[in-house]
Amino acid sequence: MKRNSVKRTPTFYKAALVPYSIWSILFVLVPLLFVAYYAFTDNNFAFTTQNITRFFTATSTIRSDSGAMVEVHTYLLVFWRSVRLAMISTLVCLLLGYPIAYIMARAPERTQKTMVTLIMIPMWMNFLIRTYAWMTILQDKGIFNGLLKMLGLPPVHIIGTEAAVVIGMVYDYFPYMVLPIYSIICKIDNNLLEAARDLGCGSLSVLRRVVIPLSMPGVISGITMVLIPSISTFYISQKLGNGKFLLIGDVIEGQYVANNLHFAAAIAFVLMLILLALMALVKYVTVRSVYGGKTK
Amino acid sequence: MNKKFLAVLLALVLALCISLAGCGSVAGITGDTLVLNVYNWGEYISDGSEDSFDTIHEFEAWYLENYGQPVKVNYSTFASNEDMYSKIASGAVSYDVLIPSDYMVERMRQEGMLAPLNFDNIPNYKNIDDGFKGLYYDPENEYSVPYTYGMVGVIYDANVVDEADVGDWDLLWNEKYKNKILQFNNSRDAFGIALYKEGMDVNTTDHAVWDKACDDLIEQHHLLYGLVMDEIFNLMESGEAAIGSYYAGDYLTMRDAQASDVDLQFYYPERTNLYIDAMCIPTCAQHKELAEIFINYMLSEEPAVANAEYTGYASPNRVVYESEQYQEDMGEEAMEILYPEMDDFSEMYNQYAYRNLDVETLHYINDLWENVKIN
Amino acid sequence: MKTSAKIYSGLIFAFLFAPIVVLLVFSFNESHSLSVFSGFTLSWYVELFKDSATLEAVGNSLLLATCATAISVVVGTITALGIDRLRSRWYRAAMNTVTNIPMTNPDIITGISLMLMFVFAGRMLGTSSSLNFWTMLLAHVSFCLPYVILQVLPKLQQMDNSLLEAAMDLGCTPMRGFFKVELPEMMPGIVNGAIMAFTLSLDDFVISYFTNGNGFDTLPIRIYSMTKKTVTPKMYALATIIFFVTLGLLLINNVVDNDDAKQLREQKKKHRKHRRAKLNSGAEN
Repeated sequence: MKRNSVKRTPTFYKAALVPYSIWSILFVLVPLLFVAYYAFTDNNFAFTTQNITRFFTATSTIRSDSGAMVEVHTYLLVFWRSVRLAMISTLVCLLLGYPIAYIMARAPERTQKTMVTLIMIPMWMNFLIRTYAWMTILQDKGIFNGLLKMLGLPPVHIIGTEAAVVIGMVYDYFPYMVLPIYSIICKIDNNLLEAARDLGCGSLSVLRRVVIPLSMPGVISGITMVLIPSISTFYISQKLGNGKFLLIGDVIEGQYVANNLHFAAAIAFVLMLILLALMALVKYVTVRSVYGGKTK
Repeated sequence: MNKKFLAVLLALVLALCISLAGCGSVAGITGDTLVLNVYNWGEYISDGSEDSFDTIHEFEAWYLENYGQPVKVNYSTFASNEDMYSKIASGAVSYDVLIPSDYMVERMRQEGMLAPLNFDNIPNYKNIDDGFKGLYYDPENEYSVPYTYGMVGVIYDANVVDEADVGDWDLLWNEKYKNKILQFNNSRDAFGIALYKEGMDVNTTDHAVWDKACDDLIEQHHLLYGLVMDEIFNLMESGEAAIGSYYAGDYLTMRDAQASDVDLQFYYPERTNLYIDAMCIPTCAQHKELAEIFINYMLSEEPAVANAEYTGYASPNRVVYESEQYQEDMGEEAMEILYPEMDDFSEMYNQYAYRNLDVETLHYINDLWENVKIN
Repeated sequence: MKTSAKIYSGLIFAFLFAPIVVLLVFSFNESHSLSVFSGFTLSWYVELFKDSATLEAVGNSLLLATCATAISVVVGTITALGIDRLRSRWYRAAMNTVTNIPMTNPDIITGISLMLMFVFAGRMLGTSSSLNFWTMLLAHVSFCLPYVILQVLPKLQQMDNSLLEAAMDLGCTPMRGFFKVELPEMMPGIVNGAIMAFTLSLDDFVISYFTNGNGFDTLPIRIYSMTKKTVTPKMYALATIIFFVTLGLLLINNVVDNDDAKQLREQKKKHRKHRRAKLNSGAEN
């Protein structure tokens, strides 16, 4: 059928794109150019690469566990720590979140709705307050250790360790992992699963051969939505890590507060580039491992 | 989701917005309403909670009554001096009244960011004790009016800490209390403590001195429970940590909430930080005269006493510390802690208070602080 | 559901709700501590309703979230219509990329980038304060928009194009066609997008932190600046209230939805019965 039987011309649809196109240029692309601009200039807005080189070369001395002083690259160390903690958090989110997404998608419709609601509710309460509450739970004399004591178990020291930071990240970004996976699994055609079963697949192998590959797009967007914010978070590690684990987000915020806008922009710029590369890698690896190199 | 339901929901949210913001900013401002933007520390003004004096509302009412014009105070809060400074310096925001700490007043004054006050509009300035005039940050008393002052001291749990170890800053470096010690999560205070401990000048520009302090902090780092700000309240009250240093007035708050097996005590080391937070007006202010009237109002008895009681910090205002009501409300012990006997406040203050440092040194300290924190 | 699945879900929800339970319990605590429970009181709730600054911050947050959601929904829906009919591959790819940027960029970078631009523009224009309610609103719309577009677009792609054409052939004006055909098809996507946008805007701290200005504090900003003095239990009371309000709203919504679904099912059943009866009577003839 010809489109011109519709009285709306293609011009109408083109016009519909104008506001958003202008918007994205002004409030998405131009601000990113400003990051680059600030990253490559000094306080007098003269060109310099000093901010960028500083990120890669600045060194500090730290006291190793044995007491000896060791020289390290300040920002690379912090960046690596952020990436490592974020990857652990993402992995934990995925391992904990996939089953619950699967359970939700298989549940009766009413239960599904309630479960989605329950997953989303914590997001409506401010995350600063929720993180504050976790401090109370994880403290040495806190609620979790109180429970352990009641069960006659020895106490564990969590607060101020990397584990506490990971718990905080997993908690805050958990819905971002579950919801995309859930919505993809929901869409998988039941006939496919039945067909697989008819062809002799056990339920585990249905899961492995049908459900997991088909839910990959959800997994990828879940990973993206957890990994990115957890790399750059700056409140959780201050509160749950007792200020002992400086993350890259903390550094950017610290530089902003110290009024070093140009260096803050430089770190943001490098972070942005690395994350872009990382996301491309995640996509490439998952596509390769699941679809055997063929894109859908 | 159901359409009808959504419509009802939207209507509800909108109604709630308008009613809440109605007591607030966007709505409710008519043409001749003056707007006064005040920028202060969080939880740093008596706000009507627990039947206290609601400073902002009372001021609005008082102004309407005396000047016949409605005024709306936009009250915003910041988390640190530096945070406030970078917002104002970048031109991101403009306020009429600021309440930064002394060294930040000096910095802003030196950088031409503060407007000289017209003291004709602030007659209550006479209530300020003479000991708080002519201090380093405002030698000619042109730009600022002190709001609160205080000293940093050490808080410890007497059930954990040996009386013999108590007395000076070394307690915060004592191996015996590993993982029980808290340090400030802000560079100026943390470095300050390391320097006071060594008896060195906290305002030096000598990098070697800062390097030494940095080494001290790194050495201390493995003994720490953590670097904290407001978390110290919960941590000390519950006995989770046993040693920490904070502002004197806050010790009283913590003691009132301590758990049954915790016995919090307090002392001032010999050399410690004295600070003043002062009200001033930035050059970007839109309503300078109104701001001065506000400052003057803050110095009058009722709001001044209420704010001193609310913040729990000492007041440089004579009408406050001479008020019998205030003395009775605070109690004898609190008065002793907040207003310790001092031979000469201004001399001690000028010796130990933080001063503004040049930008180069500030950046150097910031780098060292990152070094401490990545340990 | 199997028992193992039930136990697992139970554990996950216990994890998700643990801090909320803590806040709930300590909002009734007599002292201001979040670790020592010294006695029961309702006074923090009373205090909260007397604290005009906090209520104002809540109002500001809601106002900002509502405005950001409204703008995102309108612009996002129009944009989705446009993208759906876009035939230029290049333009489509550009649109996809631009939509993905705010979603895959860390909050802190979005926040800093907007702040740098606003401040720079403010300096160019010579204003004394470049950040205010409007800059915050712009920032919030920027990160909410993509979510709306991505929710609406699939609904349009699922739509049968001939429907609209049929409507037009039957004499619908383009406007009427939009309201009668396209809008109902997009509705579920719009609603989901709106809920997401509202949630994200309300929960956002980082972007607001960098772009907030003159006298317009949202709730997260207010909480963050309580770092010299401690966070008061009023905030726990507030969190508890928010929890019950959202829980209530969502539950009501589920009930209403289920009623609707029931009605729909019954209608279908009736319809089927009717048809069967018709068929039967036809067969008898």
